[in-house]
Amino acid sequence: MKPPRFRYLRAESVDGALRALADNPDSRPLAGGQSLIAMMNLRLVRPACLVDINRVAGLGYIREDGDGVAIGALTRHNDVKHSDLVRARCPLLTEAYESIAHHTVRNRGTLGGNLCHADPSSETPAVMVAVGATLVLQSVGGRREVAAEDFFQGPYETAARQDELLVEIRLPGRGAEGWAFAEVSNRHGDFAIAVIATTLRLADGRCEAARVVASAVGEHAARLRPAEDALTGGAIDDAAIERAAEAAAGAVDPHSDSHADAVYRRDAVAALTRRTLRRAAERCG
Amino acid sequence: MERETISVTVNGRAYERQVEPRRLLSDFLRDDLRLTGTHVGCEHGVCGACTVMMDGVTARSCLTFAVMADGAEIETIEGLGSVDAMHPVQRAFWEKHGLQCGFCTPGMLMTAVELLERNSDPSVDDIRDAISGNLCRCTGYQTIVDSIRYAAHLMREDGA
Repeated sequence: MKPPRFRYLRAESVDGALRALADNPDSRPLAGGQSLIAMMNLRLVRPACLVDINRVAGLGYIREDGDGVAIGALTRHNDVKHSDLVRARCPLLTEAYESIAHHTVRNRGTLGGNLCHADPSSETPAVMVAVGATLVLQSVGGRREVAAEDFFQGPYETAARQDELLVEIRLPGRGAEGWAFAEVSNRHGDFAIAVIATTLRLADGRCEAARVVASAVGEHAARLRPAEDALTGGAIDDAAIERAAEAAAGAVDPHSDSHADAVYRRDAVAALTRRTLRRAAERCG
Repeated sequence: MERETISVTVNGRAYERQVEPRRLLSDFLRDDLRLTGTHVGCEHGVCGACTVMMDGVTARSCLTFAVMADGAEIETIEGLGSVDAMHPVQRAFWEKHGLQCGFCTPGMLMTAVELLERNSDPSVDDIRDAISGNLCRCTGYQTIVDSIRYAAHLMREDGA
């Protein structure tokens, strides 16, 4: 199908984009368009006004930020995927990119657009929550920082107000943290059936902190706290991993659709939790 | 109806046109410029038939508004080669039977050209990964993979 009519505004600067969003309460930003335009073609969304930010200068970068990395919201997926700095400082994100979309879509799609789209089956939100990323939102009124954990609020719903633009994604330094990402999908690059992203911190062989984050099995990417609680304070051995996998499966309430039913998704969550925890434990230190 | 004026270069030729903001690049190429070599399959970014080059990298023309291409350099299948002077990728698809109905072929070729620009000797796995976003309902992909491997061989020979 063809997309519905909309008003088109092109921003050349962050300030211009923020003014356009503030002046047009029926508008939303247009970044790479790889999800938004597909949904418009299917008439699932009908924005009255789009503010094209593709030419906004200074929103596409990857740079050091203390021990971590700061990524401009308009940075294209392929630039993030192939960044040595991201691989060194947030390897969980690099690993996740092995499962994200196809090359051509990654040429145009942006990390910021992907996060703001907040598709419930998306991979990047799970990574952001697992590493404890900070998202920087800007409006004409100023800037604010939102923890990734608080940013994703529902299917296609985030903490960003209509007049706010995501401008930067801050990934903290990894330290000695172990990490792993795994997903199940019908075909490589397709929408996920289940996603688990895990981070693990050990001290003297005991788990100091753990994050087990699921996507595609709920309304948005979210920590599975019962699984994390099953790990914290103890050694990461086979028994602990099994307890965490069971707790993870019990903590999700997945939906059924034509790709997989709820029982399959729940089993996948347990299997992916096991797999990622084993790999994350090996990578600690 | 609101219209925007855009200037684009397609296969080396400059065009200036007025378009509605909602005009997809795929429809702009086919209906406004009459360049019907670019095919439209699913129209929501899944099949890859509409793949073109935009500023040197592949893009889904059905997931791009024509207004977003203002000032861009576009290359379509029409710019790749001609019957008398085929691009090595076109020659390889011809010789290795890399197509049957031909619907996916323009997108497959643009995707293959991009792959071979960054990797002159791709493995079968590299090729399968590169074309994983392009659907073909006829060939079972085997002859497409063979064609791209053969194209790589031809291009290395040309370059040697």
